Amino acid sequence: MNVKRQDKLATIILYVIAGAIILVLVALLAFILIQGLPHVSWHFLTAPARAFEAGGGIGIQLFNSFYLLVLAMLISVPLSLGAGIYLSEYAKKNWLTGLIRTSIEILSSLPSVVVGLFGFLIFVIQFNFGFSILSGALVLTVFNLPLLTRNVEESLASISHAQREAGLALGLSRWETVLKIIVPEALPGIVTGMILGAGRVFGEAAALIYTAGQSAPALDFTNWNPFYIASPLNPMRPAETLAVHIWKINSEGIMPDAVAVSAGASAVLIVAVLIFNLVARWLGQRLFKKMTSS
Amino acid sequence: MKKPFLLIAMLIASIVGLTACQNVSKQGESITIVGSSALQPLVEAAGEQYSNNHLGKFVNVQGGGSGTGLSQIQEGAVAIGNSDVYAEEKSGIKAKELVDHRVAVVGITPVLNKKIGVRNLTMAQLKAIFTGEVTNWRELGGPDLPIVIINRAQGSGSRLTFEKWVLKGAQAKQAQEQESTGMVRQIVATTPGAISYMAFSYVDKTVASVKVNGVKPTDQNVTTNRWPIWSYEHMYTKGQPKGLTKQFLAYVYSSAVQDKVLPKLGYIPVAKMQVTRSLDGHVRAITP
Amino acid sequence: MDPIRQRLLKKSRQAKLEKRGRLIGLLCISLIVLVVVAIFYFVASRGLATFYHDKVNLWDFLTKQVWNPGTKDSHGVPAVGALPMIVGSFLVTIFAALVATPFAIGAAIFMTEISPRRGMRILKPVTELLVGIPSVVYGFIGLTVVVPVIRRLFGGTGFGILAGTCVLFVMILPTVTSMSVDALKAVPRYYRDASAALGATRWQTIYKVVLRAAMPGLLTAIVFGMARAFGEALAVQMVIGNAALMPHNLVSPAATLTSVLTLGIGNTIMGSLENNALWSLALILLLMSLVFNLVIRWIGRKGAVKS
Repeated sequence: MNVKRQDKLATIILYVIAGAIILVLVALLAFILIQGLPHVSWHFLTAPARAFEAGGGIGIQLFNSFYLLVLAMLISVPLSLGAGIYLSEYAKKNWLTGLIRTSIEILSSLPSVVVGLFGFLIFVIQFNFGFSILSGALVLTVFNLPLLTRNVEESLASISHAQREAGLALGLSRWETVLKIIVPEALPGIVTGMILGAGRVFGEAAALIYTAGQSAPALDFTNWNPFYIASPLNPMRPAETLAVHIWKINSEGIMPDAVAVSAGASAVLIVAVLIFNLVARWLGQRLFKKMTSS
Repeated sequence: MKKPFLLIAMLIASIVGLTACQNVSKQGESITIVGSSALQPLVEAAGEQYSNNHLGKFVNVQGGGSGTGLSQIQEGAVAIGNSDVYAEEKSGIKAKELVDHRVAVVGITPVLNKKIGVRNLTMAQLKAIFTGEVTNWRELGGPDLPIVIINRAQGSGSRLTFEKWVLKGAQAKQAQEQESTGMVRQIVATTPGAISYMAFSYVDKTVASVKVNGVKPTDQNVTTNRWPIWSYEHMYTKGQPKGLTKQFLAYVYSSAVQDKVLPKLGYIPVAKMQVTRSLDGHVRAITP
Repeated sequence: MDPIRQRLLKKSRQAKLEKRGRLIGLLCISLIVLVVVAIFYFVASRGLATFYHDKVNLWDFLTKQVWNPGTKDSHGVPAVGALPMIVGSFLVTIFAALVATPFAIGAAIFMTEISPRRGMRILKPVTELLVGIPSVVYGFIGLTVVVPVIRRLFGGTGFGILAGTCVLFVMILPTVTSMSVDALKAVPRYYRDASAALGATRWQTIYKVVLRAAMPGLLTAIVFGMARAFGEALAVQMVIGNAALMPHNLVSPAATLTSVLTLGIGNTIMGSLENNALWSLALILLLMSLVFNLVIRWIGRKGAVKS
């Protein structure tokens, strides 16, 4: 009966571990939400920030976060899809491929401040994009590519070989097989990776301080022409995101209600990530159903 | 056939980005200011007011630290570089090419955890604490509690100023370092026996400031140099300022900023100073 | 020319598509490689300047214990000894990985083998949500909750390796967990069926078959966690104390490569020794993660089930 008892014991331990994790996570979330939610109001969500007076909001920062996220994902998702497909379907198994994989992995362990400075010197100064959403989005792309590429590659690799053979047997090219059969099949995994990546983008501060900047000029929400300097859509304006804002008021904030603003902003950030997660998951599922017609 | 579309979309996006870049210069003027995070709120507030009063002129203010400000103004990559320290005090900067605009004065005070209860320190005691000669508050008339030093990051403006006027060249003890004033304040407030230093404007109820040699850390005492731990806030330009840069600097010196914005942020207007102090620490009274 | 012959000789639509697709993939990967090379070059050129341009001895840099780049020692050599930071970085990373691994893999097993429905419903979304919490927030929770608790339990100031480990543990948990789940899911169903058919209990199946088969994937998950712990700056910086001293116990203030790097980079002038020395730290960071990667790769190859 020793083996059976072992099995029981292991199961119990696993339950305890799962429980402990949930407990830690729930405690964390509860801490942030309980501290923050009382400060959240409609005014807080829409008003612009104030530098040294109480009563500022996070409206512009919230919009910036989402806009930056969309732009960054717009650039990094196709790139990582292409790269991941290449690595999993086309790349030969040789030292060069190994080298590429290793270097991608190392890239992902760079501290974000180094990536941020790289972006500062290359995009902001060299390419003359200035402190702007575009610079920020490019830096986030650099920051996110390793994780996304790896995720795409792994998701594709986990699809059974029979699917590929079936595709080829039908006379499809390899490219079509990948695009029409393998990618849709791997979609749930890919979407999960994208959500994780998006979460990182949302919470990233260090890399953005030097690229998207830490000031949020007032926006004119009636003018959506992307060429107008105060337009919300202009990719060339400096844009402080929510995470950067939290960092800034915690470090040098001198408004009297800095603690409250910071707690409120953290809570909003988490709720936003939650909503984003749910929506992305739902979209992913719908896409999966549509593309695999299951 | 999804990918080519996405690629094309990307291309279009980048082209839009680039044209937008050019359009900005047509639709309005803008300058970029980077540097000292301590000076950032002031310049940002001034920039916001300036843009509101002058339509189509934008002042874009970013932090990044004094080192970044000086590096970038030296490169000519920005219009103005903000710094807490003299350019001469940083190695690697050709200070001769830069023009110094001293826009404000900021006083720095030692702060203690409230439970220590020490209200007065001499300059010599302060020096002994930060060089590590004294390690317990008991030796300074406080409770039996080890001294926990919280330093600012190496090369930061507050630390340079503090070490220049308190340690006077002596080597500081290796200790904890924190980057930002907010963090320092929080750590001093919660750590028993902690001591650090910060600008006057950041001192609040959670920490205790002390008299040094019997002098209280007030703006009044800074203007007469009775409180010696203070520094200028600098805005550097490469060569003499021109155009919008010049207009904006003039605005920063105007009473709209000096008398209305500065005091709110805890800075001391340069005009209020009754003394000037040169780079080498030579103090001279200003005769009106 | 008869049309059939013509059609056969010309490249088919598929072949053209194939070529184009391959090209797109190749372009994407080359772009990434380009970025990697650029960053490597960028970090290396600045990091190596400490040794070429400022004539710092490499061995001294790695083994000396005094970090004070603004000053020079009695021989006129700048005091740049990075050993305390290297040790600090290694300690927090290894400890965080040691603590997080059993939890993450346990949770992953729970989600894939024990109770997939509940696990996927509750555990997975919550872990994914945690990735989105900015490191600043983790840092502040560490500062307001973890540090005082450690201070009360162990004395001292509370800042140090232990506090850093606690914060990093929570930070890398979601990454490691979700990647472990993927690794376990990739183990084919029939492995489990075969094991069960041989009369193995669930735990035996998990321990002897599933975990072994998923070993390379699990190790990758751990490396990724370690990589994140290694590169994490803001949160660690808030709780570790940032004193460039050799850590003599787990609750004395210490520093990591990233915390010193983040702290100093804005205050130094591009091209000066102080700045170059910081880039050297970044270079060490790169090289160390390279070593980590190679080691884990090697283990992964050794431990993989031969198929």
